[in-house]
Amino acid sequence: MALSPFSCPSLLTPWNPNNLSCVSFSSYKPIYAPKSLTAMASLSRGGTVSISETFVRLREQGKVAFIPYITAGDPDLSTTSKALKILDSCGSDIIELGVPYSDPLADGPVIQAAATRALAKGANFNAIISMLHEVVPQVSCPIALFTYYNPILKRGVDYFMSAIQNVGVHGLVVPDVPLEETGNLRNAAAKHNIELVLLTTPTTPTYRMKEIAEASEGFVYLVSSVGVTGARSSVSMRVQSLLQDIKKVTNKPVAVGFGISKPEHVTQVAQWGADGVIVGSAMARILGEAESPEQGLKELEEFAKLLKAALP
Amino acid sequence: MAAVASSTTSISIRKTTKTLTSCPPPSVSFLQSRSGRGLPPPMASAGTEVPLSAVPTEEIWNGSSRISAQRPDSFGRFGRFGGKYVPETLMHALTELEAAFRSLSGDDEFQKELGGILRDFVGRETPLYFAEQLTQHYKNSKGEGPLIFLKREDLNHTGAHKINNAVAQALLAKRIGKKRIIAETGAGQHGVATATVCARFGLQCVIYMGAQDMERQSLNVFRMRLLGAEVKAVHSGTATLKDATSEAIRDWVTNVETTHYILGSVAGPHPYPMMVRDFHAVIGKETRRQALEKWGGKPDVLVACVGGGSNAMGLFHEFVDDHDVRLIGVEAAGFGLESGKHAATLTKGEIGVLHGAMSYLLQDDDGQIIEPHSISAGLDYPGVGPEHSFLKDIGRAEYYSVTDDEALEAFKRLSRLEGIIPALETSHALAYLEKLCPTLPNGTKVVLNCSGRGDKDVHTALKLLQL
Repeated sequence: MALSPFSCPSLLTPWNPNNLSCVSFSSYKPIYAPKSLTAMASLSRGGTVSISETFVRLREQGKVAFIPYITAGDPDLSTTSKALKILDSCGSDIIELGVPYSDPLADGPVIQAAATRALAKGANFNAIISMLHEVVPQVSCPIALFTYYNPILKRGVDYFMSAIQNVGVHGLVVPDVPLEETGNLRNAAAKHNIELVLLTTPTTPTYRMKEIAEASEGFVYLVSSVGVTGARSSVSMRVQSLLQDIKKVTNKPVAVGFGISKPEHVTQVAQWGADGVIVGSAMARILGEAESPEQGLKELEEFAKLLKAALP
Repeated sequence: MAAVASSTTSISIRKTTKTLTSCPPPSVSFLQSRSGRGLPPPMASAGTEVPLSAVPTEEIWNGSSRISAQRPDSFGRFGRFGGKYVPETLMHALTELEAAFRSLSGDDEFQKELGGILRDFVGRETPLYFAEQLTQHYKNSKGEGPLIFLKREDLNHTGAHKINNAVAQALLAKRIGKKRIIAETGAGQHGVATATVCARFGLQCVIYMGAQDMERQSLNVFRMRLLGAEVKAVHSGTATLKDATSEAIRDWVTNVETTHYILGSVAGPHPYPMMVRDFHAVIGKETRRQALEKWGGKPDVLVACVGGGSNAMGLFHEFVDDHDVRLIGVEAAGFGLESGKHAATLTKGEIGVLHGAMSYLLQDDDGQIIEPHSISAGLDYPGVGPEHSFLKDIGRAEYYSVTDDEALEAFKRLSRLEGIIPALETSHALAYLEKLCPTLPNGTKVVLNCSGRGDKDVHTALKLLQL
């Protein structure tokens, strides 16, 4: 499992994992710091705070986090870069960015198609890291990546965490790694100050939900319905009681995702006591199906504003 | 803060372990135990059945000595392979499935019902057939060579070994109250077997099949529909078995509360690799008994094709601890190992996670799964069952590969020499005899798993063979 060198964004210098001093000639702060400076680097990451701190601040203000999801590289990485800035300026509290994978088991047709298009356009880990290197310093909210285990494993878990930390990513969601299998990821994530978010679902028994909540970092990701990602016409009433169940076992913030696609959904879920709402497929669909990237970004902005306005 | 978090974590994981293992420890049922394992060569006379004695734990071969351990362990691990890499939604269902499987393993009524159906509906036992002409074909100029026997899984109802597992899982689904069945299929053999057992047991059946495979195996698509199954075409990705499997898993994630997924290979998340292996272990058990009857000993070499690896595990499992029995798996080299167009996962793959298990896979530098290629739809899969990866790593089993062209030649050869048209999957195992036989001492007893019949492949062969 050789470490593949990737190029420093906007630089032609190859990135050498053994020499983490890659200095950008742009106005961005150097983000590849030697190990001894890791703590300092993480404090300065994009000028943002961690995911858990974000929730603390929101809670103090009585607010519910708006967490949009988009797939990196769909329709292309330059559009993704613009979309991240737009979503940030529309009041996103955290942005979940999908790293495309060829066999996304937990995703429905919309995000599958987004991943397929992104891969066909040549999106890969190095290119995404380069894009993030440029964009994260311009974004005020924390970014969490959403990807599957195999691409992480192939890079090397530690290498992956180090690379995403160095470009200022704060969190990670890996939907095909359930609690029992998280050992490796968790150790590496802790080492690199990456918050590893775990998912709980309507089929998760209470004892497991408690263990997942204990182990989850940043927030607890509550999957709203039994199924894969994708817009649904309504949010299951079950979410209300699930939220109550989780709140009984943890003080950690809980964000609800999968199937949340309309302003009325986010309002409903917030009323039921969620600390955050995650909107994925509806966002990905706008970007993926727009007539042009510009049109997609315009619609994305309107939709994000609509959702943000529907939240306290 | 990180240190605190990580120590809390390890505690909670330990707790989880306890919870998961709080279900009864895996007592070994007849489904799991290997009949002759650890015993001296039984002095049984022809026709005497080897006692199916239950042994408290399974033993694994660690390369130098036997160590007493379960295979897989309670996490579903075969060494570093296996595990459960699935969305959280499925975790509870997998735990329930494992508990049901273990409880039914010791349930006499279930075993009796399964045994009856295997005999009267599937047509077991299948013969161990001495392939006289094929044996003749591999004799050298001195008239010496190995003796080749075929384990005739092609004579099962529906024409392949796949029904052993399908029938058992359908019975299991009935017992756990799931009335809707889903399955993936590549060549269509597992789909046909599943559609067949669903018809037999009155279960709703949905089969996922890659659109490309539906074209290659149109006869099987028709058979499944005739049997009352709904065949859903999968267009995503490469439109082959990998994508059909992903789609079946997505269906299961969505309908897990009402649906049982009859996974067709020794792949997927735990407990599937163990369960499917055990449901096919009847192949090896019969082989042991039949070998005793025929020559009063064991086979020397077992040969089987490997896609996901179910027919091979079914034959091998009984003999894993018999170190004097060589285990040989044959993968699909497609257009050749160097062409990049093959499905030789164990030969050319790297470790990764696909469809719920850690195993060898065909993947690129970014960890994206690579499109495999094989003339045989049943072998056209970028992963392989985790136990095969384990057996390869510890050196217990050997894995080789043969190309599309070599398989086609073998397809023709067996048809001509023995009057048996083998499946293209099976033809890969047969093709390896060309390389293997000249290296074997005179009289070596080779048992090759004739995993399926080739009627379904005539359409493919028609385009490629000049007769």
